[in-house]
Amino acid sequence: MPNDAAQTPAPNTVSVPPHATTAPATKKWRVVDYVVTAVLGIAVGLIFWVLALSWKVLEIAFQAFPPSIGLIAGLWVLAGPLAAAIIRKPGAALLCEMIAAIVEAVLGSHFGATVLLSGFLQGLGAELVFAAFGYRRFTLWITSLSGLVAAAFMAVSENLMYNAAWQPSFQVAYAACALLSGLVISGIGAWYASRAIARTGALSAFASGRR
Amino acid sequence: MRSLTELTLRPAEATVADPGQLIPVVRRSAVGTCNPLTKIAVALILMVGALLSIDLVSAGIVLAFSLVLVFASGLDPAQALKRLWFLPAGALLAAWGTAILAEKTGAVLVDAGPLLITTGSLTAAAAIFVRALALAIPLVVLASTIDPRDLADALIQHLRLPETVVVSVLAASRLLGLLVVEWQTLSTARRARGVADGTPLQRCSSLLSGIFTLLVQAIRRGTRMAMAMEGRAFGRAGRTWRRRSSFHLRDLVLTAAAVLVASAAITSAVVLGTWNPIIGG
Amino acid sequence: MALPVTAHAFSWRHADRAEPAVGPLDLDIAAGEKVLLLGPSGAGKSTLLHAIAGVLPAESGEGTGEILVGGTPPDPRRGEVGVVFQDPDAQVIFSRVGDDVAFGMENLGLPAAEIEPRITASLAAVGLDLDHDHPTAALSGGQKQRLALAGITAMAPGVLVLDEPTANIDPPSMPRIRDVVLRLQAETAATMIVVEHRVDLWIDHVDRVIVLGRSGVVVQGPPRRVFGDPDLAEVLAQCGIWLPGAVREPPATRRPDSPTDSRTDSAAEAVLRARHLGVGRPGALNPAVQDLDLGIHSGEAVGIVGPNGAGKSTTALTLAGLIPEYAGEVTANGPLALGAKHARPFRWPSSFLAPRIGMVFQEPEHQFLRATVAAELALGPRLAGWSAAEVEARVTELLRTLGLENLAEAHPQGLSGGEKRRLSVAAMLAPRPTVLVVDEPTFGQDALTWAGLVDLFIDVLDHGSAVVAVSHDHAFLDAIGARRIELGAGALVD
Repeated sequence: MPNDAAQTPAPNTVSVPPHATTAPATKKWRVVDYVVTAVLGIAVGLIFWVLALSWKVLEIAFQAFPPSIGLIAGLWVLAGPLAAAIIRKPGAALLCEMIAAIVEAVLGSHFGATVLLSGFLQGLGAELVFAAFGYRRFTLWITSLSGLVAAAFMAVSENLMYNAAWQPSFQVAYAACALLSGLVISGIGAWYASRAIARTGALSAFASGRR
Repeated sequence: MRSLTELTLRPAEATVADPGQLIPVVRRSAVGTCNPLTKIAVALILMVGALLSIDLVSAGIVLAFSLVLVFASGLDPAQALKRLWFLPAGALLAAWGTAILAEKTGAVLVDAGPLLITTGSLTAAAAIFVRALALAIPLVVLASTIDPRDLADALIQHLRLPETVVVSVLAASRLLGLLVVEWQTLSTARRARGVADGTPLQRCSSLLSGIFTLLVQAIRRGTRMAMAMEGRAFGRAGRTWRRRSSFHLRDLVLTAAAVLVASAAITSAVVLGTWNPIIGG
Repeated sequence: MALPVTAHAFSWRHADRAEPAVGPLDLDIAAGEKVLLLGPSGAGKSTLLHAIAGVLPAESGEGTGEILVGGTPPDPRRGEVGVVFQDPDAQVIFSRVGDDVAFGMENLGLPAAEIEPRITASLAAVGLDLDHDHPTAALSGGQKQRLALAGITAMAPGVLVLDEPTANIDPPSMPRIRDVVLRLQAETAATMIVVEHRVDLWIDHVDRVIVLGRSGVVVQGPPRRVFGDPDLAEVLAQCGIWLPGAVREPPATRRPDSPTDSRTDSAAEAVLRARHLGVGRPGALNPAVQDLDLGIHSGEAVGIVGPNGAGKSTTALTLAGLIPEYAGEVTANGPLALGAKHARPFRWPSSFLAPRIGMVFQEPEHQFLRATVAAELALGPRLAGWSAAEVEARVTELLRTLGLENLAEAHPQGLSGGEKRRLSVAAMLAPRPTVLVVDEPTFGQDALTWAGLVDLFIDVLDHGSAVVAVSHDHAFLDAIGARRIELGAGALVD
C-alpha cells in the first residue's frame, strides 16, 4: 500500500464521473482513507468482540450439528469486503480486517492472539479479489466474491487452528457452511450495507458516496 | 444476548474517570515501562509457546507465566478479573464443545445416548480450556500497558513503518472508547424506541440497526477527525518526534524470559510425551 | 503573522450532491480582521471554512473559482491556518495532553527542544493547567476545545478559523471558550473567522458580520449596521439567526403553571413518582443524585436544571425507566400504570414502555432505527398497536408539522442537524406517550428549529402528556411553562 497520503492542493482539478461503482480518481491514500479504514476496523472489531462473547452461547444452540456454526462464521470476514466497498483503495480490505482483529484481541478474546493470524488471512482473501480486478470496479459481484474468498481462507485456517480435533467430515461441512455465510453476510451483506451507509450522506468524502 | 452485552461492556473503573476508557493504561510498572515493541514480541513468543500443540503441559506453563505478567504489569487483579471474566467462561464452553466432539479414545466416562465422553475427550477438553486462556491473557495484559502514542513512536522510529499510516491508525484507536459509550447509548435507545425485546428475529433486526448506526457514526467521526488532523499540518514531509523510543535492560530481560518460557513449554510437552501438534498430528 | 483571506467566484459542490454547497461568492477579508460568519443551515458556512483551512478532502467534490490565503491557495501543510471544529471528540488526536498539543508542531517539523517549552506556554495560554501526561479522555467538552485551541496556538497560525466552537459544549462554558479565542487573537493579531449562530456571544467582539445565503453573500458590514438595519431584521430571522437582544418569543407561549407546591404533595395525581430516588449509571461506585422526591403530573412540564456533572442526564434515563434506580424507586400510577404488571417502569418490557414513557436522547442519531423518515415516525404508533389508518394519519400530520413532507422518504441519518432534532422529538411523541422525557432538546439549535420545538412540546402538553426536560436553556423552559427541579452538587470544572 502506498505510504504517502495524497493531497491535491488545487480543489478544482477533481473530476469524477458520478456512479456508485466507480473507483476513486487516484489509488493514492489520503489521510481520510487511513483514518476511516481504521475507524471501520475498530467499529467492526468492537462488534466482533461483543459477538465473540455470545459466540459460545450460540455454539451451544448449534450443538446438534456443530459444523453448522459455519453458517454464521462468515460474519468474521465482514471488515475486509466492507472496507473495500467503502474506501476503494488498494489494501483497504487487508488493513481493515487486521485492525478489527487487533481490536478484538486487545479487548480480550478467547481466540487469543490467533485472531491476528486469522485477521491477516481473511483480509488477504478479501483483498486478493479486488486486486484481481485491478481496483477498477466496485460492484455487488466483486464484493460478493471477495466475501466468498475471504470465507474460504477463514475456513481452511479455522479448521487447522480451532477445529483440529474435529473429524474430517465435520471439517468439510464447516467449510461449506462458512463459504455460504461468507458469501451472503460478508459479501452481499457488505455491499448493501455500504450502499445504505452512502444513503445517509456519511460517505461524501469517498468515491463510494456517489449517487 | 442483550444482557450479556450490557454486563461485559461495562468498563472497569479506571484511574481515569472516563466511561470510554475500556482498558486503563498502566504506565508505572516493571512491565509497563518496557518498549511497546518488546510487549508485542513477548505476546507473539508466548503465542507460539501455546499455539503449536493442544496439550495441558505447554499451555499450562504459558498460562502460569501469563498470570505472573498480570501482577508485574501493575493491573489491579480484581479489576482485571471483573473485566475479563468472560475469557474463562468462553474457554470453558470451547472445552465443552471439544469434550463432545473429539475422537473418542480411552475409557468411557459418560454414555448418555449421543453424549459420549471418554477420558481421551476429557483430556482434550482440559487442554483446550487452558490453551484458550494462555492465548488470550498475555495479549490483553500487555496491550493494557501500551499507550498508542508510544507504540506509534516505536513503530516509526525502530521499524521504519510509514508514519502517515501509523499515526492515522493509532489516532483513530482513541475512538474505540467513544464507540463503546456510543454502543451502550444505542442499546438504551433501542429500549426507549420499544424494539429491545420481542421475538429473536425482531431483536436481531434491532441489533442490526444499532450496528448500522454505530458504523455511520464511526465513519462521520473518522472523517471529521481526518480533517482536524490535516488542519494541523498532518501529512507533511519532515515530521519530527517529541520523544525518542528506546530499549533498556528490562526489555531484554522480559524478552529473554518469554523465550525461556515458550521453549520450556514446548520442551516439557515433548519430554513428557503430551505433545499434540495441531498440524500433522 | 496575520494573513488576508480572499475568494473570487469560489464555489464547491460535494460529489454526492447536485447543488453546490457554497454558491459562487467573493470575499475580501483583511489581515487581522475579525469576522463573524452567519447564515441558515445549508448555506455552506462549514464548507467555506474547510475550504479556507484547505481541509476539504481531495476527490470529495468539485470546486470553481479560487480561495487565497496570503495570496496563495490554502495548504494546511504550511500551518498558516488554525482550525477548530464543532465536535470536541473528533479533534483530540493523542491520549496524553502534551502529545496532543505537540501534534501540529511535530507535523511542521519543529525540533524536539523547541516543542517542549511551547507545549507549556500554549497550555497556559488557553487556561489548561494540566500535567503533560494528563489523559485526554478525562477532559470535559470545554476542556477538549481548549486543548484544540492550545494545539493551534502552538503552531502560531496567521488565520484562525472556528466552526461553531461552542455548539457542543454547555452554555455556561461558552463565554469562557470565547474569551480564550479572543485572547489568542489579541496576542497573535491573527485574522479570525468564526461561524456561530449565537450572535450575542460574538457581536461585541468582531469587526465585520458576513451573512451567507444559499447563493453567496447576502449582506456584510459592521455588526452595528447589519443588526441595526430594520430592513435586514426579517432576512436575518428567516436565516434562523439568534438576533442579539431579541426576546425569544415563541409563536405561542404556554400559560404559566398553577402553583406547583399544591400539586407535588398530592401523590394520587402524579402519573410518575420518584421516592428517595438515587440515580447512577450501572456499575458506578457512587450515585450521581441522592434522595430525590418528585411527582410528575399529566399535562405538566418539569425542567431539570443544574450544573455539569450534577447527574441530570442519568436522572432522565432513570425516570424514563431505561436504567435501574440506584436507590429508592420510580413508580407509575394512574393512567400510566394501566395494564402494567409492575409498578416500576424499569421492569416493563421495551415494547410496553415505549408508547407510555418516551425518551429523547441528546444526540438524535442514536435513536433512529428505520431507513426513511416516514417509517421512523410510524414505528412508535405501530408498536403501540394503532391501526394502519391511524398510523398513516399521524405520520402525515407530523410530517406537516415538522415541515418534512418532502423528506418523507429520505434517510433519517442524512438529514441536517435541525431536521434530525425535530424528527427525533416527533418520533418519540408520535404514539402520544403519557410522559415524555427529553435531554437538552435545544442544544446547538438555530432560532427556527428552536421555535419549531417549542411548538411541538406545547402541543404535546396540551394533549395531556407530561414533559420532563433536562435543559440549560431557561428561555425554552419558560416557553413551555416548566417548573424547575434543581440538581445540586458534583459540578465539573470545565
